Amino acid sequence: MTDALRQPATTTDPVDTTRPRPAKAVHPARETLILFASNPAALAGTVILAFILAVSLIGPAVMDADPFAMAGAPMTPPELFGDYPLGTDYLGRDVLTGIVYGGRPTLAVGAIAAGLSLVIGIGIGALAGYFGGLVDQMLMKLTEFFQVLPALLFAMVLVTLFSSSLWTVAFAIGLASWPSVARLTRAEFKRIRKLDYVTADRAIGATDSRLIWLVVLPNAMPPLIVSAALSIGIAILLSAGLNFLGLGDANTMTWGLMIGTSRDYILDAWWAVTIPGAAIFLTVLAISLIGDGLNDALNPKLRER
Amino acid sequence: MSRTLIAAGGRIAGAGLLILAVVTLNFALIQLAPGDPVEAIAGAAGGMSEELRAQIRATYGLDRSFLEQLLAYLKQIFSGNLGYSYYFNQPVSKLILQRLPATMLLVLSALVISVGLGVLFGVLAARKPNGLLSQSVTFLSLVGYAAPVFWTGIVLTILFASTFPIFPISGMRNASAGGGLVASTLDVLWHLVLPASTLGIVYLAQYSRLTRASMLEVLGADYIRTARAKGVGEITLLVKHGLRNAMLPVITMIGMQFGNMIAGAVLVETVFNWPGLGRLAFDSILRRDYPTILAILACSAAMTIVANTLTDLVYQRVDPRMKDSQ
Repeated sequence: MTDALRQPATTTDPVDTTRPRPAKAVHPARETLILFASNPAALAGTVILAFILAVSLIGPAVMDADPFAMAGAPMTPPELFGDYPLGTDYLGRDVLTGIVYGGRPTLAVGAIAAGLSLVIGIGIGALAGYFGGLVDQMLMKLTEFFQVLPALLFAMVLVTLFSSSLWTVAFAIGLASWPSVARLTRAEFKRIRKLDYVTADRAIGATDSRLIWLVVLPNAMPPLIVSAALSIGIAILLSAGLNFLGLGDANTMTWGLMIGTSRDYILDAWWAVTIPGAAIFLTVLAISLIGDGLNDALNPKLRER
Repeated sequence: MSRTLIAAGGRIAGAGLLILAVVTLNFALIQLAPGDPVEAIAGAAGGMSEELRAQIRATYGLDRSFLEQLLAYLKQIFSGNLGYSYYFNQPVSKLILQRLPATMLLVLSALVISVGLGVLFGVLAARKPNGLLSQSVTFLSLVGYAAPVFWTGIVLTILFASTFPIFPISGMRNASAGGGLVASTLDVLWHLVLPASTLGIVYLAQYSRLTRASMLEVLGADYIRTARAKGVGEITLLVKHGLRNAMLPVITMIGMQFGNMIAGAVLVETVFNWPGLGRLAFDSILRRDYPTILAILACSAAMTIVANTLTDLVYQRVDPRMKDSQ
């Protein structure tokens, strides 16, 4: 960019020679993939997340144990090659079994809640950004309203008033965390709807709904993909917080529940609390690393900074 | 000048409308909750006297039309009656006023830690975007963001309870601490160290990252190059020319994150037994004390709205472009 400004403008040669051109045209998706794969942090995140997914999805079938059952003497310290590699909690429940079984509901709530917040956020943001004017103002008031409600407290209230099932928890978190997605979508729509190809499509008679969902939305996707990754991370942290407080489903083993039930015994059995916490931490860390990697790969220009 | 005043007035009116909407949401939640709204208002499932039921029915107009019920509810709330907690046997407003100072102390200390250190780290990191410090800021911000706040608190508790027993890990006051003002203030501050650091660490990460990105953008601007060419000193350049502009997104974020900090305080107060609003929210949820928990939700939202409005007004004063339009 700065180099281009320093070059004197040539009138004879219409071809812009100051910018390096790729030898062959690379498909954008392929280029993104190459950029992503050449980022060590993003790769590390992918490996960590793949491992956690594999353990959570396949582990319960292999283990076939009851995570709530007493497996040994209470508060057995971890012994890597012993019967309880990660120790047992104050009720003698095996921490490793809890970690393996706790993954699925934790990830499921994260995914469902993030999915919901994306659907609401993209829907509202798209309508507001595309139509502008009064529609925009009213939808943005609604967004502002949900934005000032502290997500965790709002989810706590919903779960208490209605039920503490996994679905309510996911629904509550999704309902509480869509405003940032809506703002991002709206900003993208406001930018894209003025571009020439949208005007061209409108001129040949494309309907509003076709323009919104088939023309503008696909082009608004890159930042939304990154935002989806962040949403999953936030949803996992929120649901872990609810489970830690004992407001989630008490009959489903989750990492947050493990921390919540064992927290009175932290000084006698630190492993029963720190290990599930580390599992949450690693999951969210992996997802954020992937999100950052996608962000860099989808906006190659930002990498020049 | 008058244009700024009108803009500020509009902001404040908008904030008032939002608070009204939050209270209306509370009303809707009471109506939507399964069971008799009388029970949701009183927060007592079963075991209520008929007399009490009739009294609540009359106060909130529960046998009248929906709109009249809403108006009656709004009237109660805005005349300062946030309901009565039958569990704590006290008016909710009194409960909240008792607990509010502890939460404000915690949240504001965490805010000072996270914004103060976050901005400092962010500025230092932005000076050398590829340096070691900058890389560490990026990495630590990811770590701080990904660690669940209650887990950070528990890890600190374990460290400071057994390995380095310096700071107290529970409560806000030590009963044996002296009665003098200085002694009791020091005692509270001593208890504040771990909870405030725990809450601060989460947001420290976000502020340092935001400041770093914002400073990098500002430092690349033409007016910074001009200032450097004029021979402006490095510190003046960073602070007066750079930071002043780079602070704008940080100010916006303070307002937007305020509500989440209050919500984060729920978890931190639970871990450290800090006697604030968050701890009250947790206790009242366990007791199904609906009036208290709904009032806490509304109060936190109201505080967030006030924080948002204040940061907007500060933004208008700080942003040099806003000044020109006055």
